[in-house]
Amino acid sequence: MIFYVIRRLLMVAPVMAVVTIVVFLLSRLGPADPAAILVGDLGSSEEIQRTRIALGLDRPLLAQYLTWITGVLRGDLGISIFTRTSVASLIGQSAEPTIVLTLATMIYTVIIAVPLGVLAAWRAGSAIDRIFMGLAVLGFSTPVFVLGYVLAYVFGNRLGILPVQGYRGIEGGIGGVLASITLPCIAIGSTFIALIARVTRASMLDVLGEDYIRTAHAKGMRVPVVLLIHALKNAAIPIVTMIGIGFGVLLSGVVVTESVFAIPGIGRLTVESVFRRDFPVIQGIVLAMSLVYVLLNLVIDLAYTLLDPRIRY
Amino acid sequence: MTAPALQIIDLAVDLVSRDGNVRAVDGISFDLAAGETLALVGESGCGKSITALSILRLVPDPPARIHATALRFAGQDLLTMPEDALRKLRGNRISMIFQEPMTSLNPVLSIGRQITETLREHRNLGRQQARDEAMALLRLVRIPDPARRLDQYPFELSGGMRQRVMIAMAVACRPDVLIADEPTTALDVTVQAQILDLLLDLQRRIGTAVILVTHDLAVVAQTAQRVLVMYAGRIVEEAPVQALFARPGHPYTLGLLAAMPHLAAPHSDGVRGRLAELAGTVPVLDRPAPGCSFAARCVWAVERCHDERPRLAEVASMHRVACWRADDVARGRA
Amino acid sequence: MARAPSSFADQVRRHPTIAIGGVTLALVALAGIAAPLLTPHDPLAINPLGSLAPASAEHPLGTDQLGRDMLARLLYGTRVSLIVGALVALLATVIGLTLGLVAGFVRVFDAVLMRVMDGLMAIPAVLLAIAFVAAIKASVTTVVLALAIVEIPRVVRLVRSVVLALRELPFVEGAIIAGSTLPGILWRHILPNTLAPLTVQATYIAASAIIIEAALSFLGAGTPPEVPSWGNMMAAGRAFFLLAPELILVPGIALTITVLAVNMLGDGLRDTLDPRLRKRL
Repeated sequence: MIFYVIRRLLMVAPVMAVVTIVVFLLSRLGPADPAAILVGDLGSSEEIQRTRIALGLDRPLLAQYLTWITGVLRGDLGISIFTRTSVASLIGQSAEPTIVLTLATMIYTVIIAVPLGVLAAWRAGSAIDRIFMGLAVLGFSTPVFVLGYVLAYVFGNRLGILPVQGYRGIEGGIGGVLASITLPCIAIGSTFIALIARVTRASMLDVLGEDYIRTAHAKGMRVPVVLLIHALKNAAIPIVTMIGIGFGVLLSGVVVTESVFAIPGIGRLTVESVFRRDFPVIQGIVLAMSLVYVLLNLVIDLAYTLLDPRIRY
Repeated sequence: MTAPALQIIDLAVDLVSRDGNVRAVDGISFDLAAGETLALVGESGCGKSITALSILRLVPDPPARIHATALRFAGQDLLTMPEDALRKLRGNRISMIFQEPMTSLNPVLSIGRQITETLREHRNLGRQQARDEAMALLRLVRIPDPARRLDQYPFELSGGMRQRVMIAMAVACRPDVLIADEPTTALDVTVQAQILDLLLDLQRRIGTAVILVTHDLAVVAQTAQRVLVMYAGRIVEEAPVQALFARPGHPYTLGLLAAMPHLAAPHSDGVRGRLAELAGTVPVLDRPAPGCSFAARCVWAVERCHDERPRLAEVASMHRVACWRADDVARGRA
Repeated sequence: MARAPSSFADQVRRHPTIAIGGVTLALVALAGIAAPLLTPHDPLAINPLGSLAPASAEHPLGTDQLGRDMLARLLYGTRVSLIVGALVALLATVIGLTLGLVAGFVRVFDAVLMRVMDGLMAIPAVLLAIAFVAAIKASVTTVVLALAIVEIPRVVRLVRSVVLALRELPFVEGAIIAGSTLPGILWRHILPNTLAPLTVQATYIAASAIIIEAALSFLGAGTPPEVPSWGNMMAAGRAFFLLAPELILVPGIALTITVLAVNMLGDGLRDTLDPRLRKRL
């Protein structure tokens, strides 16, 4: 088991290497020049050139990449071209709202989606099933930012009961946090709930047709026991897998929703950095998010052993 | 005479689908006496499994609809009983074991868990009590090293052992009726004998009545006291086991017996004869014939057989046959 | 039990989602194609004096803050969304199919390719697309390319899994022994088995592309502002959300309806083409 963990951790490296290369190249491709942006419209070409040299942008691509990578491995994500502060600290400052949003959304969506899927599977073909799955398709099809604005309109403009802008940090008390993340969480979560509910339903349907479920009924076990203990544990693997895959969708949603609700998180930082061509920040953010995604999926793979005793690494 | 444990009158099961109804089981009636072993015999598709599942209402509805004039256990009506009351009977007073031990046990729950949950549900035992009782049950079904097995998972056990575990789960609450649906079909022949032996032994000890569903006449010969032969959803013959083998009454039964491979002496020229087979195939059930469902394959069939459905009639004590030509069959006349 | 194969009409009756999705999509497409016929206004025509006008006979959906007719922008925006969706689906499917087929048979290529695909999938879609579009000048073409790259890994995975599963089957071995060449096998045996799941996935990709394109445009990193797209409309309407929420909500609803139609079509296709796909897609 421990060897498997080590092997998987080693496999993380090539994947992250690809990520770093892709993100590095993307940042440097194209006509835009951060030095020019930094210097501004009125700068002379010598000024721009000096800035380029100062930023190290004149060196060959490979050299720039290696410098960056060695820094990353030492924990140094570089300096933001724009703010001249460390990328790591920039990310750190913007991290709290994003982390809170992401975690809160994941928790509440799983809590809602799984029972929904179980219920829909148990009552497959019935009105409840059709309604739930219809809502799921709707949730899946409504873009996060559209839903965000609809919510903001209804609850912000019309009813005025929830804030539609900004974020109140933990220092301001948990109430403030909850109020400011409620609408964004609902918006981001709709797609995720739909994904998880659908896969839960499909997986449960597969399992409910199995012989051992019939045995459980023949033994006179109660329905909740059959559904939640006998069936769900067997259905769990595809569901948990989808949670891992859907996490990427979640992160995308967070990025967009932060713009809708003017939340000063990593998503907004990303969008700003992209427009400013602030390469180090873009690279640092994408790197961090991808790493979280990869590690999450690794943890999920390891969790399989808890769910199914036949899986042993 | 004590009241029968199970009383079934005119059980019928319809399979309803978009394309129409199929009557998979039609007019099945029998009593099961306390402590008796009754075999339900027939080839695949004759409806014996559906009959067995219907007793506990374990056939999914849709697509199955169960009808019966009476379906009684110890005087209670199983057909109209509310689901929760029936649930309390299942695994408790009436148990069932299934054909495929490989897939009938939950792969992600430990053996101990699967046994103790029955005990805790129906007999209200505490955790440690249930665990002790589970160990006793494993010993009862002759599984060595029960303490270790309790914490193992089904994939770590062989097919025969898994079936023993299923039996342990089924007898955990000392049921009055045990329904065994082809319990040995998926097992090796040597293991088969052990399992059947175990079933009989347990039955003697606990006094359970057993309904044994099988297609294998050899199994019937070893275990049953009384036999019901089914064909195309109906009972065609009903007899004590010796009478069935000694004086089979229905042409289908004859065919089944003849088709059993014998370790017979080869013919004089050293060649073994071909296995006798029943010509024809099981009829398609969506177009029920007006007459006897076996008529198309029956060498004794006359015109009446195709037009009128024969009813079960006594040909000897406790021996009933549904055939218009039962007398001729009995006398071996073509 | 022999049963006559269900006719197409039967299938549609059993899976109304195909019909609903297909018809809605067709209507949307029609609206986009017939835009010049449905509205006299130029979606780009600015009229500062008539800004934020309410709905009227001349402007059935009112005007935005620059006086542009909302209905016109909505109708012409249909073209962008549908074209982007279709092109991305097509591009991603064709490229992904090729890569997946090769990966299924050439081990070395497979190892390298899958690491690259894993890497691409590790980056959240919107981020990857934003970064790509920001690197190269924003245009519809760039957006299509960026989104195609985001979606290719999914296709590769699907095709590869089909190939790997089929490769082991006896009939492929038989074909090899019988002397079929690799392209022959691919063409005759493998490819037909990928068509059903690919078609279904292509619709889902189209839906996803439409959403991401709109998101990009909304963030300002998608189709350039001169091109009327729903995402652009929403981006433009942001500042006026309190005053005139319909600037954002109207294109938003159009977007939702279109994506819903595509998804329903995808679900319906999945259920009719091969019920077993329910498990994989």
